[in-house]
Amino acid sequence: MPREGILVRNPYERISKEQVLQIHQAALEILRDPGMMCFNKQAADIFHSSGAEVTSVSPSDRSAWLVKIPEKLVIDALDTAPKTVKLGARNPDNILIMSGEEPRVYFISGSETNIWLDVDFPSYIKKSDPSTEIRVPEFHARRGTVADLCMSAHVCEHLETLDGYIRTVNIQDKDITEDNKDVNKFFASLNNTTKHVMSGLTSLKQLDNVINMAKLIVGGDEELRENPIISFITCLVKSPLQFVDDTTDTFIEICRRGLPIVVSSSPQAGTTAPMKEAGIMAQINAEVLAGITLGQLVNPGTPVLYGSVPVRARLDTLGDSYGSVETSQYNIDCVQMARFYKLPNYSTAGVCDTKTPGIQSSIERLFSQILVTLSGPQYLHCAYGLLDCNSVFCLLQAVIDDAHFQMIKFFLKPPQIDELNIAETLKQTREVVETPQKLYINYIRRIMRSGELSVPYPFEGDGDRDTVFEMAYNRMQEFLAKPVEHIDEAIAKKIFQNIPGLLPRLNVYEERRQ
Amino acid sequence: MSEDIIAALKENVIQGRQNQDDEGIEEDMAGTPGVLELTQAALEKNIPLEDIITQGLTAGMQVVGEKFSTKEYYIPDMLASAQAVGAAMDVLKPHLESSNVETKGKFAIVTVKGDIHDIGKNIVSILLKGAGYEVVDLGTDIPTEKIVEYVREEKPGYLGLSALLTTTMVAMGEIVEALKKNGLREQVKVLIGGAAVSNEYAEEIGADAYCVDGFEAVRVLDGFQKSRA
Repeated sequence: MPREGILVRNPYERISKEQVLQIHQAALEILRDPGMMCFNKQAADIFHSSGAEVTSVSPSDRSAWLVKIPEKLVIDALDTAPKTVKLGARNPDNILIMSGEEPRVYFISGSETNIWLDVDFPSYIKKSDPSTEIRVPEFHARRGTVADLCMSAHVCEHLETLDGYIRTVNIQDKDITEDNKDVNKFFASLNNTTKHVMSGLTSLKQLDNVINMAKLIVGGDEELRENPIISFITCLVKSPLQFVDDTTDTFIEICRRGLPIVVSSSPQAGTTAPMKEAGIMAQINAEVLAGITLGQLVNPGTPVLYGSVPVRARLDTLGDSYGSVETSQYNIDCVQMARFYKLPNYSTAGVCDTKTPGIQSSIERLFSQILVTLSGPQYLHCAYGLLDCNSVFCLLQAVIDDAHFQMIKFFLKPPQIDELNIAETLKQTREVVETPQKLYINYIRRIMRSGELSVPYPFEGDGDRDTVFEMAYNRMQEFLAKPVEHIDEAIAKKIFQNIPGLLPRLNVYEERRQ
Repeated sequence: MSEDIIAALKENVIQGRQNQDDEGIEEDMAGTPGVLELTQAALEKNIPLEDIITQGLTAGMQVVGEKFSTKEYYIPDMLASAQAVGAAMDVLKPHLESSNVETKGKFAIVTVKGDIHDIGKNIVSILLKGAGYEVVDLGTDIPTEKIVEYVREEKPGYLGLSALLTTTMVAMGEIVEALKKNGLREQVKVLIGGAAVSNEYAEEIGADAYCVDGFEAVRVLDGFQKSRA
């Protein structure tokens, strides 16, 4: 049985049907004129041979082409792109099946940050009252390692609400190079979680090694097609409207292999996209449609997700402002656009501007987590543990985020209002009004043990002091102490024999023997 | 046989089953005798009142209290058990009155004038009744003179005053003063409770105790009992 996710029965829609059509038409117009600047020759050739108007331009010392994509190519691509995408998993119970027409939300971690945030709890003594001693969380930033990635995948395996795993931290160990990063990040993830694993690719040269690793895990070529335990995300488009050379090559090769892929674009309103909602929406939609069109021209039927990471610029730094209200608005608009095309949507929520866990972080992330979830994206990259936009990952924050999503999932449970429940209520009411205390308490004992009631906030302390961080830290330690189902020893052995570049210390079976 | 009834009584208190129609927590108990039926059966078998109370009802409530403190039970469980014990005490009351078994005393509870909030008052009533006190609920929005009159005539050992609002809590001080004026203050312990009041307020108006919730009310009253003994 695949994972259930959470079905949003009446998804929140921010823009009207007419506005959806306006954005669609504007995007088609953009693709026709001015079109896409393409820095990748393969892509230019593919578009040219498919009927697009491709002209050579040289904006600098690089080769570049202007590709004007006719509407028909886009519409044909939207026809061949699958409307349902299956993302496999080592554990069949963790498979995700997402239909573009069904607002069933899956919560996914991500994405790759350079900084890992550790936490400890030093004690402080009050100057004016030395008998008062408190523990205060202190966060320490450092560069992420492959061991951190393993730890993160391990904890994410146990986070109840987390449906799939995007690596949370960039592995920056001294022995990690461009040539071995991909195999190690995929192996570290796959070996520590049985959930679906999605990642970007650092080096195209490693694509087949990564795919072969996945084939060894599931048992072969056909098995991987049937159960794609890995998928990819590529930012082939750089805003505004440019096909990037290397990521477009990667995108084309992944499409040729038929594995699921996210066509992602991340324009920033105010700098690389227009500031106004209509503008950034028209542009991001054009950029994603351009990528989807290329993918379907390469290999019709390639499973794609409509990937949207729109963001507003901060006006004080011109950096991304994931915590801004507009960012959630853009994301919800994109969910609607993907649903208009009946394609599963990769959306973004829960990323915050602040650098450490705390009040601002909780407000920013919960704001977008709730709102974007309510719009019903299928694959919600919801930034478990992410801070400082996409720069910092804190495992403690990921554990706290899991509690947020438990609340959101509970909220989205279908209402139980039917004849049976109404009849029960009428009976109770008649009984209660006759009692001296007039309380319904006697009727809630069965309900409170049935799982029908939401539980109190899991990190609530006993006293007046805020204990969220300490309790979440304890929960994190509990998850780390819980075992995960690693890749079978015989298969792990084959992987280490056949896939070059893997770090020996990732072989848990060998490590245990030493 | 007697042991079986007492054991079943204790278990049904733990389950919070007042009568045979209640479901309890464990499955398959509906239809079997609850606390009321078992109390009746115990009386018919002439089981000593003291055994019914101490080994059946109180022993059951003790287990419930332990389960509550370990968070296995929640307040609704505690209340269900207390209600069951309270109902059993009603059945036992005439027998207790004609015997030598000492009761814990009478507790009158009231929501003061101007205030109609009674959830807290009702919960305190259930818990105290379950703890073996005779509870008399005087109602809500009750004028001070009526309360004084009740104390004079019925002579309860304890008086519980409840108020939710900052605008109505002042009536508590008036009641304490009125009791003094009528020479009744020494014969009754006054406890106050409700969202608006506090320990400091209890001290300010000259009440005997402030209780943050029903459980504390039980503890405070039991404490008074001990100091009396």
